[in-house]
Amino acid sequence: MNVSQLTIVETAKLLQDKEFSAVELTRAYLDRIEAVEPKVKALMTVTGEQALTQAKAADEAIAAGQAGMLTGVPVILKDVICTKGIRTTCSSKMLENFIPPYDAGVVERLKARGAVVIGKANMDEFAMGSSTENSAYFTTHNPWDLSRVPGGSSGGSAAAVAAGEAPAALGSDTGGSIRQPASFCSVTGLKPTYGLVSRYGLIAFASSLDQIGPLTKDVADSAVMLNAIAGHDSRDSTSVAQPEEDYFGCLGKSVKGLKLGVPKEYFAQGVTAEVSDAVKAALKVYEELGCNIEECSLPTTAYALAVYYIIAPSEASANLARYDGVKYGFSFKDTQSMWEAMEKTRGIGFGPEVKRRIMLGTYALSAGYYDAWYVKAQRVRTVIRREFDEAFEKYDALITPTAPTVPFKIGEKSADPFSMYLSDICTIPINIAGLPALALQGGFAQGLPIGHQIIGKPFSEKTILNLGHAYQQVTDWHKQQPVI
Amino acid sequence: MELSRQEVLHIARLARLGIEDAEIDRLQGELSDILGHFTVLQQVDTEGVPPTAQSVAQCNVLGYDEPAPSLAVEEVLANAPDRDGDLIRIRAVLE
Repeated sequence: MNVSQLTIVETAKLLQDKEFSAVELTRAYLDRIEAVEPKVKALMTVTGEQALTQAKAADEAIAAGQAGMLTGVPVILKDVICTKGIRTTCSSKMLENFIPPYDAGVVERLKARGAVVIGKANMDEFAMGSSTENSAYFTTHNPWDLSRVPGGSSGGSAAAVAAGEAPAALGSDTGGSIRQPASFCSVTGLKPTYGLVSRYGLIAFASSLDQIGPLTKDVADSAVMLNAIAGHDSRDSTSVAQPEEDYFGCLGKSVKGLKLGVPKEYFAQGVTAEVSDAVKAALKVYEELGCNIEECSLPTTAYALAVYYIIAPSEASANLARYDGVKYGFSFKDTQSMWEAMEKTRGIGFGPEVKRRIMLGTYALSAGYYDAWYVKAQRVRTVIRREFDEAFEKYDALITPTAPTVPFKIGEKSADPFSMYLSDICTIPINIAGLPALALQGGFAQGLPIGHQIIGKPFSEKTILNLGHAYQQVTDWHKQQPVI
Repeated sequence: MELSRQEVLHIARLARLGIEDAEIDRLQGELSDILGHFTVLQQVDTEGVPPTAQSVAQCNVLGYDEPAPSLAVEEVLANAPDRDGDLIRIRAVLE
């Protein structure tokens, strides 16, 4: 049996039926990692020993009849999520030797449910990027075409799931960093509503936009992962005290009669004909499922990129001020003064994209420019959010492309930061408004993946997951796997 | 939208970010280009529109004032780049 092709739901059943043990399963995934990593390079760290210890504990829980759906299931975590005793680098030289003394809230939750952490995934440095080329260590390759990028910044997480290195991974999404790589690697990616999942222990990039979410083979598995990680955490003051929901249990309901809006602005702005055609084909499927489809307009969409690239770097410039070489992380010592030590530490420790964004953010927040750039962007953010609110008075969900193109070649956009920023044009508005969105596999062009995105109103994860699940019941894009 | 070399150096100083000569020229071009694209924001009418800092409106989130175990000193200091016993050693702030 090739366990690397199994979903979480299938794995859980086979584990509980004693078809294989959690230890055997973990060993099989460690073998798979050893076989494909030289080509895909999705992982920063493989945690074999700890994983086998956790797997043994999972086998004991299964034997005692205390197993849940994640007991014994291997998961991979983006290397921006703190793990106690396991190196957490953010794919930056700045945190090359950083070993957190605590687990992030989501890691505690996954461990409490018996999940087995098998590795930490490569990413764009400090989650800044759209291709995983900004990792300070190495570039991850797209399992569907090794000469192409996996997307970013959760490119390692997406590539690892697509390559069968684990049935599920966690990523973080600040402007599309779960959904765009999900689209590029043909996996399912969920960006939950801002505040639904604790950010405690997520190394901060842009605090008002960051949100942790799962990358999985299908929607049912996304729901299982969301059941585990969603919930209030008093250690994160932006965590919302929502009632606990059963996202997996909500699947399978009829979607007949749901009203879906299709904002026309998402089909402009560099969206290629092949992506547009694939999304239109998906819309036909939703129509056949009984949904009512209607074109709509969100006119301020065109300004979302500018809003994002003012707000996110501004918050990043403040969050990354903590890397001064004093308490932890890289420290440049051979200097005469405190200020010189700090400047050298930051100048050497950060890579080019991180420096670019710190510079952008510092500029937008500086005296004389604060109102014209930062406050203006925050006001336009209000307009964008209001447009979504109005749309959701009429529609149950919105359908758009996830990424404007198929995965591009490694190195193709490296020299032009603005062209790279356009990769997230379809996903950025959702973070600005704090909404949930689900990225689904939806087709191929020239053998390269294409996806579409279901956007929901705040805390409507049940609706968008149910819609995505209904789509996957009548299509098989999500079942196709790359040959590596 | 053109940033001058002096402005780039000023921003780098504000950010306490050491940049080399070659980076100054590159950043001058890249930041000017990126900010040039973003001047479109001025086209949006935001008269009377309040800024949004956080998409989920919460205020006065208070924690419980209950004692709880904290990290051990060794755990806190384990990642320090330079130590002197239970202290973190840094360069003199006042000279």
